[in-house]
Amino acid sequence: MNAFLRRRFFDQIVVMFGREPKKPEAIAPEAQKIHLHKRGNRDLIAEKLHARAHAVHTHKWRKRRWATLIIVNLMFTFSFWFDIQILEGALTASRFVGFHLIDLNSALQVMLAHKHIIVNLVIGTATVFVLWLLLGGRTFCSWVCPYHLLAEGAEKIHLYLVKEKLLTDQNIDRRLRSLSWIVFAALAAGTGYTVFEAISPTGILSRALIYGPGLALLWVLALLVFEVFFSRRAWCRYACPIGLTYGVVGIFSPLRIKYTLDSCFHEGDCRKVCLVPHVLDTVIKGRAVATEIPIGPDCTRCGLCVDTCPTGSLSFDVKGLSKLL
Amino acid sequence: MSESAPPATPKPPASRERLQQARRRWLRTILLTGGVMGAALSGFLPLVYARTKRLRPPGALDEKDFLASCIKCGQCVQVCPVQAIKLADLVDGVAVGVPYIDAREQACDFSCDAVQCILACPTGALVYKKPAFLNVRKGAKLAAAPILKAKEKDPEPTLNLSERIGVARLTRPEACLAIQGKGFKGQVRGASFTARMRYMEVNRWKPIGISEHPYDLAECDLCVRECPVKGAISIETVFAPNGSKRKSPVVHEPCVGCGVCEMICPVEPTCIVIDAREVWNT
Repeated sequence: MNAFLRRRFFDQIVVMFGREPKKPEAIAPEAQKIHLHKRGNRDLIAEKLHARAHAVHTHKWRKRRWATLIIVNLMFTFSFWFDIQILEGALTASRFVGFHLIDLNSALQVMLAHKHIIVNLVIGTATVFVLWLLLGGRTFCSWVCPYHLLAEGAEKIHLYLVKEKLLTDQNIDRRLRSLSWIVFAALAAGTGYTVFEAISPTGILSRALIYGPGLALLWVLALLVFEVFFSRRAWCRYACPIGLTYGVVGIFSPLRIKYTLDSCFHEGDCRKVCLVPHVLDTVIKGRAVATEIPIGPDCTRCGLCVDTCPTGSLSFDVKGLSKLL
Repeated sequence: MSESAPPATPKPPASRERLQQARRRWLRTILLTGGVMGAALSGFLPLVYARTKRLRPPGALDEKDFLASCIKCGQCVQVCPVQAIKLADLVDGVAVGVPYIDAREQACDFSCDAVQCILACPTGALVYKKPAFLNVRKGAKLAAAPILKAKEKDPEPTLNLSERIGVARLTRPEACLAIQGKGFKGQVRGASFTARMRYMEVNRWKPIGISEHPYDLAECDLCVRECPVKGAISIETVFAPNGSKRKSPVVHEPCVGCGVCEMICPVEPTCIVIDAREVWNT
């Protein structure tokens, strides 16, 4: 296996499970050439400053994403309230014009706890698996999960407090998420109760939006307070097993963010806005092993980096499609 | 093909500050782990201290299996024409988001005819008939498919349900209007009572508010009159504790535990309740 493939299919996956990204051992000659060209190049610095001064910051992808997230969640709500029956159920399991859709992590919990699988469960799970396989796995997190939107708000407050030097972000070991995935899977299988489903903010929020608020929202509030005052995006980054489940689906997904080494000035704006900055390790000066690199499976395809990049070095890409067009 | 990176220099020994940072990070990780696991495991407390048994929707598996298989999506809630099904809140612990019926507030009157909640369930937590590997408790199985009074004249009058979800029990005979020989006139449980029910003589397909359907009964027999299942409850002449004869509602084997009797009982508090998940003891 060549170094590039190893980085794509092994290193990126290991990083998703919680290891800190390592410096590459080998770099393709074309990429090395660009790295050398950039080293101490005064013209490039001038160009960088120019690009920075003229960069137009849009929120194109964020707007699209927020609109999608809100519309999807309102479709659930309105389907029940106005009985229009387009998307019945909640995010854990639903029916889209009659077709079963079942959240992969919820399905996993139920299968492990109940140890019996019925046909509808298989159909719904398979449909959702294929859907997110095509759309990029953790795309679910940033484009559908209602907790993500609230957490983005909490993140704004957190970053303001950090900027004002009122607190610092307390980072946590990312391996915790893999541990929580294993523990909750084991709890489901061992106790026969879907323990995670009781504390899943995704499920709680989705049900609250559709069936009305309840005390369970207090748990969601506690998580948000933790994220505002203690650790940036802690639940999504360090704890949520749903993210890992969809991340695994994303390994094989053709839809991802593509990084182009040539135009990048390595300023790191993208890493500052990113929910999962370890996936953008490759944009650090001297780390890219090839001239074009697909970002790893832990990426939520939220597009914040695409919006923020002043040089367009990060873009949405569908594997194979760009070659076809 | 690829150039090798410069030879790795041996790692410098970590500074005290670095070590301290790492230690703090560990503490924070343990804190978050403890918080999440604590919240998750506290969900078991309501199971341990459960005082009231929840009445589950028709076709629910036995409680343990039901909690294991329910995916908490609320599709059963959405299809119920009288909105009898509610989702549990945080106080139910691991059962948060799991459907239940508060029969006194709004019972299942089978006005959907087909037990649609079972049809809607994507995971088999509600089933018409249990799969072979699941145990059927003695007395939970109905002797025969229940006959819906509303469908009695249809070619297929039965309800597709093989197990009961509870059994009705007369808890306060001393307050029961039927036993006292009293009648009932007016709106059952007042004008503000929001529960709905199907009245065949009004509209087969559209349940109406119970408060929109006042009664005028010489002798109260509401629990018998409104019971949706044929032969589940009747007014019989029985012996009172003092040996005298009196009339009383008597629950029979076809009772599925739907809770309409509990909902319609005009006495406060109700004289008849559903013992959730109870089986028929002869």
